[in-house]
Amino acid sequence: MAITVRAVARPARTFATQIYLVEVWRGLAVTFRHLFVNLFRHAMKALGIRGFLPGSVTIQYPEDPAVLGKRARTRHRLLKRDDGAPRCTACLLCETICPAKCIRITAENAPDVAVEKRAKTFDIDLGMCVFCGYCVEACPVDAIHMDADDVELSSYSRQDMIWNMPELLGDKTKVPSGPA
Amino acid sequence: MSFAIPLNDVLFTAAKILFAVVGVGLNIAGFLGWVERKQSAVMQDRIGANRASIFGVTLLGLFHPIADAIKLLTKEDFVPKGARGPLHGLAPMISLGCAMFCLAALPYGGAVQFSGRAWDLQPIALSMGVPLVLAALAFGVHGIVMAGYASGSNYGLLGALRGAAQMIAYEVCLASSLAGILFIYGTLDFQEAVLWQASRGLWGIAVQPLAFFLFLTAGAAVTKRAPFDLPEGESEIVGYHIEYSGMKFGMFMMTDFFESIVICGVITALFLGGWAIPGLDLQAMGALGGLLMVASFVGKMMLLLFLLMQLRWTLPRFRFDQLLDLGWKNLLPLSLLNFIATAWVVYLWR
Ligand code: SF4
Ligand code: SF4
Repeated sequence: MAITVRAVARPARTFATQIYLVEVWRGLAVTFRHLFVNLFRHAMKALGIRGFLPGSVTIQYPEDPAVLGKRARTRHRLLKRDDGAPRCTACLLCETICPAKCIRITAENAPDVAVEKRAKTFDIDLGMCVFCGYCVEACPVDAIHMDADDVELSSYSRQDMIWNMPELLGDKTKVPSGPA
Repeated sequence: MSFAIPLNDVLFTAAKILFAVVGVGLNIAGFLGWVERKQSAVMQDRIGANRASIFGVTLLGLFHPIADAIKLLTKEDFVPKGARGPLHGLAPMISLGCAMFCLAALPYGGAVQFSGRAWDLQPIALSMGVPLVLAALAFGVHGIVMAGYASGSNYGLLGALRGAAQMIAYEVCLASSLAGILFIYGTLDFQEAVLWQASRGLWGIAVQPLAFFLFLTAGAAVTKRAPFDLPEGESEIVGYHIEYSGMKFGMFMMTDFFESIVICGVITALFLGGWAIPGLDLQAMGALGGLLMVASFVGKMMLLLFLLMQLRWTLPRFRFDQLLDLGWKNLLPLSLLNFIATAWVVYLWR
């Protein structure tokens, strides 16, 4: 994509802006407009009259689902090949690049000679992960993604923040423990 | 004249002061906590605090101030090791006490006749009301300086020093911007000033529009709320109340609200006709007139508070040198010029 430059004119320092008063009223006009327009919209909603925009952009999160951006980096996910085996070849590139040192992989020989190596265990400590996405960038075989669309990762113990391979592959659902 | 003060009068005065401090002060201050949240939310396209509920009833978040109060009262009252004990505890009381006193000196209503006697609806009626309120407001800065000094924290001290510099700069403008209008009224008594406006049907804002804006600006600065919240400055130094927790911190918060109420009350009394309603002779209407007086005074005050609140959420904080420039180089000369011009006009008129 070509880089475009848009020159923004420096606002002139006129007497009107220097004495501040005019600008204050202009600012007040903006905020008052928002206030009254939104109040009107809230009132229309309360009265059940349709056809107006909502008075706020708030997402009432725990009740309404969180809206994530298309490119949001969420929880990691390990991908599988067409035959169902994990794509990961245990090259340890992700473990090496991880700035938070939160990936632990142990490797073993793969039954498929063309693959040679595969991961025996693959743990990510999400309690330490900084969600930088380097692991996804580093992977040569596209085995790890951060698109599980899951952001509700908190747990009651540090141990519970560590996700293992079946959980990351989606073969097993993570069962968190309750409060200690 | 008899020296025995009738018990009735004592009770009535106590009731009036209670009304001013609890009825007007605490209620409006609590209400302002809600207004602040909701008004800022609505103008920023948000919803605002709406979760506090009593048995599932949220009433648009009106219970949040109550929840705040409960939280502040039950929190640990933490005093840091370096704090200078008694001063640390005394500071919020001075701040809040001064603001409360001002509330009691405002003219919520004039004198009304009913059940065979005259009832003066001003809690503390004084011939020196205006300077007294200004003095008590200025005295409130002692609480801030004391708090900053006594908490033994550099941030607190910095906030206190900023507070002191700001207060001096704006108290001067506050008093000098009133000079002109008091000169015209020829009195230092709030009640007299209101009567002057009521009898002529001419409000102070029409007589001295410039003084109104100067006083509003200086008043906003005295309440230490944005854009003049440098003594607090949450995003940089947190300010003079950095070492306060629980209700002591709550008292500082309430002082800001109380001071806003006082400033708006003074503006109402001196510039917006006080309790007067154009076209109605409230003093001749007995008890109903009294009610209308209080309602009209508090209503005008709330409108001003609404405006101040809007200003607070519209403007970003000043830089400190800009703040002092505005006070000393702009507001003060303007208010002095205003006074001199007023004096000349009055002199030539006579
Ligand atoms: S997102 Fe960054 S911090 Fe998290 S596991 Fe991947 S490389 Fe490590
Ligand atoms: S970079 Fe990819 S293939 Fe290599 S260990 Fe990590 S997930 Fe497996």
